[in-house]
Amino acid sequence: MMRFTQFVVDFLRAGFTGGILYWCWMLFLAFFIMLWGYGEYVQIANGMIVTNLNDQVSWGFYLANFVFMVGVAAAAVTVVFPAYVYKHKELHRIVILGEMLAIAAVVMCLLFVIAHMGRPDRLWHILPVIGIFNWPHAMLTWDVIVLSGYLLLNIIGGFYYLYKKYAGTEVNKTFYLTIVYIAIVWALSIHTVTAFLINTMPARPMWFHSVMPIKFITTAFAAGPSLIIIVFLLVRRFTPMKIADEAFHLLSQIVVWCLGIALFLTMSEIVTELYPATEHSLGLQYLMFGHNGLNSLVPYFWTALTLMVVSFVLLLIPRLRKNLTLLPFICAAAFIGIWIEKGMGLMLPGVIPTPIGEFAEYTPSHIELMVVGGVWAIGFFLLTFMLKGAVAVLLGEVSYQPRAGKQPVSSEQGEATI
Amino acid sequence: MPNQEKSKEKDSKLTTRRDFLRGAGNYTVASLSGAAMLLSNPKPAKANVTWAEHFQKNYRLMTEEEKQEAIERLETRYSEEYGQKVTVDGTPSIDGVLFGYALNIQKCIGCRRCVKACVAENNQSRGDEQQIEWIRVLRMEKGNFSAEDRDQHGYPESFGVQVGGNAYKPAGVVLEGQHYYEPDQVPEKDAFYFPMQCMQCEKPPCVKVCPVRTTYRDPDGIVVVDYNWCIGCRMCIGACPYWARRFNWGEPNLPKEELNPHTHYLGNRPRMKGVVEKCTYCVQRTRKGRWTACVEVCPVGARKFGNLLDPNSEIRKVLAKKKVFRLRADLNTYPKFFYFMD
Repeated sequence: MMRFTQFVVDFLRAGFTGGILYWCWMLFLAFFIMLWGYGEYVQIANGMIVTNLNDQVSWGFYLANFVFMVGVAAAAVTVVFPAYVYKHKELHRIVILGEMLAIAAVVMCLLFVIAHMGRPDRLWHILPVIGIFNWPHAMLTWDVIVLSGYLLLNIIGGFYYLYKKYAGTEVNKTFYLTIVYIAIVWALSIHTVTAFLINTMPARPMWFHSVMPIKFITTAFAAGPSLIIIVFLLVRRFTPMKIADEAFHLLSQIVVWCLGIALFLTMSEIVTELYPATEHSLGLQYLMFGHNGLNSLVPYFWTALTLMVVSFVLLLIPRLRKNLTLLPFICAAAFIGIWIEKGMGLMLPGVIPTPIGEFAEYTPSHIELMVVGGVWAIGFFLLTFMLKGAVAVLLGEVSYQPRAGKQPVSSEQGEATI
Repeated sequence: MPNQEKSKEKDSKLTTRRDFLRGAGNYTVASLSGAAMLLSNPKPAKANVTWAEHFQKNYRLMTEEEKQEAIERLETRYSEEYGQKVTVDGTPSIDGVLFGYALNIQKCIGCRRCVKACVAENNQSRGDEQQIEWIRVLRMEKGNFSAEDRDQHGYPESFGVQVGGNAYKPAGVVLEGQHYYEPDQVPEKDAFYFPMQCMQCEKPPCVKVCPVRTTYRDPDGIVVVDYNWCIGCRMCIGACPYWARRFNWGEPNLPKEELNPHTHYLGNRPRMKGVVEKCTYCVQRTRKGRWTACVEVCPVGARKFGNLLDPNSEIRKVLAKKKVFRLRADLNTYPKFFYFMD
């Protein structure tokens, strides 16, 4: 127990140690986290009327970001799967970092859901035993199960490994690998269920198609590794952690193929909807071309599509894909493209027009922007902290030393990172 | 404060968890509100009651006593808040009754008296900031074709072959309906009207998707909402194909003098912010053998309501004799709201 307490203390200390650049970054994020606090306060005090949501467009920016982040969380599997199933050595060394990313992403998902709820004070109503859990009927309860399960699996798996490493004892392989393999399958489930959450409603024809789950997974496995590539490049740049080029090459290959399949599915959806052009395709038509002058989504759609197509084409060229200076920029383009496409580009045309055919345009309010920006900041804050802690433990900079009294961690350990 | 302390003493014989919570609630809120009194202008009694409301169960799972307690709590709060005696009814569904509704679209003149009567009866939020209406009347344009349209180029115009034309004016398609119309007089010559509200589906998609079962179908066929259990996730709004559900985005605005004090727990009692609401077939009236407000007010008798299980009811006669259809029957929601023509 003593050892575990010391692990927590040392991990926290390692996570919050850094140079001037580190603290500037954390302060920068803290500013947005404060805005989040303010936004949430205003929203809880006044109700959701401070958002620009209304009866016509009742799902908006919050859920758009939620859906996207579930994908990013699931995409940790693109590191875990090759590492354990294909015994990819280079990825195996950094698999824990992928799990840290998944934890941060799921935390963001939960915060987006809370922001979306009209009565977050009644969150306990959905908890089994003390509340009512409408399982298996309500798809949302499935989502609660898979998301919280995924969070637990990653926390247990990731921190168990780190703790063993810290304590210098052997990892119990049976236990650890069981967790890892369950987590791999589980990762697919979180995004599949999130797709089922919205595509099982015939009242919303834009979403009512069976391509949704596979499209969710392919876009997730393009956007997720894109972010992972950027994060890992930063880790390599700013910490002594060594990450081999082969790791990036494998990840960028995953990005390019998933992006290609995603584009193919987008094309299939467009042809299927627009060729017969029934009333059920009005949402997609509104997204792509606008409707009688209501065209606020049109630039988003075409920007997203351009970003996705361009990054796909660039990544297809091996010379560019393997250029690690250029790669993060292409990845950023793919990431932003998918964020638009799967966020606002998916959520809004699903609810516009309404089931009785009313078109109402929606742009997020200042409060919504503050809350969403703040949740992203919380995610990056958490990720930075956990990555620093994990890198310190993995490199053996922080490890268990039985201490007589309360001695601070020696200063050179702290300085080793950044 | 001393008074509050005494009531705390009384509560000290704690027997159940709920009592404990209520007691603790009283105590905490009492001290909090005491402090808040110095800062602002709070309503301590209201705060007390609201606190207890936070810990109550889902209405359907309450025992009879618990229901009674919850109802009394609400009556106290509402009466104080609105400065008049407010009753909250808990009448359960009656055996042998399945409510059904039929609307004669041939007769409807689009006056929207039903909309107004519904708002007055059911205590919806009103005003510029947040206006909630449970009934929508769609104005449907009558078909209007011209020779010009026939001869204009259609699509796809290539290789000299014309597949489609341009003479396709909307005529009574729901998706072309328009519920914002401000005519000088109704009915208008070039339109007919199509009112919509909650269809009280036999297989309601909204009930299926509700993660906390706050919305459910009562045995008399009415789909109700326990406003105190709703978490505001709006899954039901997404799932409803009839756009029948409304959300309290902000604190509802219901002026004291406009309150209808005869309320039902599952019906027209004043709501709070962040919860969903919808038409309940005026559960506070119909379970006591009265018409719904919209049926009562309709000047042309387009609205019919009754017990589907009673072979002699008006609604059954409509179903037997008129040409009846349901909206979006393809979705298998089996609405108990029928449309008919003479």
